[in-house]
Amino acid sequence: MENTKAPMIQTVNVCKNFGSLEVLKNVSLTVEQGEVVCIIGPSGSGKSTYLRSLNHLEKITSGKIYIEGTLLDDREHGVNKVKLPKEEKNQLLLKMGMVFQRFHLFPHKTVLDNVTIAPINVKKIPKSQAEQIARDLIKRVGLSEKVDVYPSKLSGGQQQRVAIARALAMQPEIMLFDEPTSALDPELVGEVLAVMKQLAKDGMTMFVVTHEMSFAREVADKVVFMYEGEVAEIGTPTEIFDNPKHEKLKQFLNKID
Amino acid sequence: MSEFWQAISVNFDKIVNWIPVLLKSTGTTLLLTLCSVSAGLVVSVFLALGKMSKLKILSKLCSAYIFFFRGTPLLMQLFVVYYGLPYMGITIDSKFFAAFLAYAMNSSAYLAEIIRAAIQSIDKGQLEAAKSLGMSYPMAMRLIIIPQSIRRLIPPIGNEFIMIVKDTALVSSIALVELSGKTKDIMIASSSPLVFVPALAIYLLITGVFTFILNRLEKRFSVYE
Ligand SMILES: Nc1ncnc2c1ncn2[C@@H]1O[C@H](COP(=O)(O)OP(=O)(O)OP(=O)(O)O)[C@@H](O)[C@H]1O
Ligand SMILES: [Mg+2]
Repeated sequence: MENTKAPMIQTVNVCKNFGSLEVLKNVSLTVEQGEVVCIIGPSGSGKSTYLRSLNHLEKITSGKIYIEGTLLDDREHGVNKVKLPKEEKNQLLLKMGMVFQRFHLFPHKTVLDNVTIAPINVKKIPKSQAEQIARDLIKRVGLSEKVDVYPSKLSGGQQQRVAIARALAMQPEIMLFDEPTSALDPELVGEVLAVMKQLAKDGMTMFVVTHEMSFAREVADKVVFMYEGEVAEIGTPTEIFDNPKHEKLKQFLNKID
Repeated sequence: MSEFWQAISVNFDKIVNWIPVLLKSTGTTLLLTLCSVSAGLVVSVFLALGKMSKLKILSKLCSAYIFFFRGTPLLMQLFVVYYGLPYMGITIDSKFFAAFLAYAMNSSAYLAEIIRAAIQSIDKGQLEAAKSLGMSYPMAMRLIIIPQSIRRLIPPIGNEFIMIVKDTALVSSIALVELSGKTKDIMIASSSPLVFVPALAIYLLITGVFTFILNRLEKRFSVYE
């Protein structure tokens, strides 16, 4: 373990308001390199908003976000005091890949093109090289026979695996997952979780919002329980699941069972 | 009804002789429609993106343009370009060009709203996915959003085209000869309404062929569904 490395992600007192609604209240969290952190919590507790704030799909109201030790956001009243050159900011954002609940594959592109489109156009990687990388990734998620198919011809589980390959193609250092299996039929959940477990085994840093408690228990290094926009409890899977302290966490775990 | 068919058969030769004359003025109708819809289409993409822009001034300007051209009669717009602009020091000698300008500006406003609606109908998750892969807004528009909008654009663009084909009849008011105007001339000269028969047939042929082409295009762009 290289403890000298800066944390992959660190947030300090992140707050987010939608109008007068306070969705995130002083969220301070750290994801170390190589760590798998799972966020659990009831609906509306701000899990998605927090994850989406990290890669700027949402703009936080106040607080700090560090990516590998570099300050990306230092906001007050929504205004960022950090003025990074655009190129540098994009480089930081590209360290994060994201997988969405509803996949959001590009329907007008084949599986292969879904995976190559960003490397070719954003990273300017030559097409042949991008396709080579994409084929390897598609193979890794077990969909080699589907490279030339359009997303509409795939099951939800297959689409989500392509979405994972698509995010990996940008060679991120951390993968953000927002309930990657919640939109899937129960029988398709396993194949996506299997890919994610493999990814964790291969050493990928992962930040996962999930309702799959067994996944969190098995894979997570750290589990975060969010409640009403706050980090209510944080600990190892054993601490969180076998010895919960926060009253709301106990209730939450009872309800889920 | 039988009188109608009798009139047609008695005047069959006459009708056949009108056809080449009508077709000649159909050229103006078609050319005016194709030119103004094409130009309108190009302008409308910028208008639509402009109206959706976060830049307030740009958005307001585009909205105002669209509001003006959708909120006033095309005939008046034609008059303003042909009769009004000379007072502002801009004289347009060619009637066809004046008509083209008015029709292109008018259709660009309608097409801009069509394009905006199509773009906004695309799931916003598409833009988020594109952003999360490092694409800038313009790149996401070009590679992800606009290509998906095209299929949804084809039917309403077809409607706009058909509207313009029919609205070209208005240019007779600046004495530019096209199919409807020619039909009226022949009707007066021949003191017979029969000329409507080939004229209407020509209109239906144009819109029919166009509808056919658009249906094919729509299928082509739907391969991924
Ligand atoms: N764009 C928005 N505008 C206004 N309110 C929003 C917006 N997005 C989220 N919210 C609100 O913020 C709160 C937190 O939402 P968020 O989606 O982060 O919750 P979540 O923990 O991910 O819930 P779930 O488990 O249902 O996905 C909710 O009350 C939600 O209604
Ligand atoms: Mg959520």
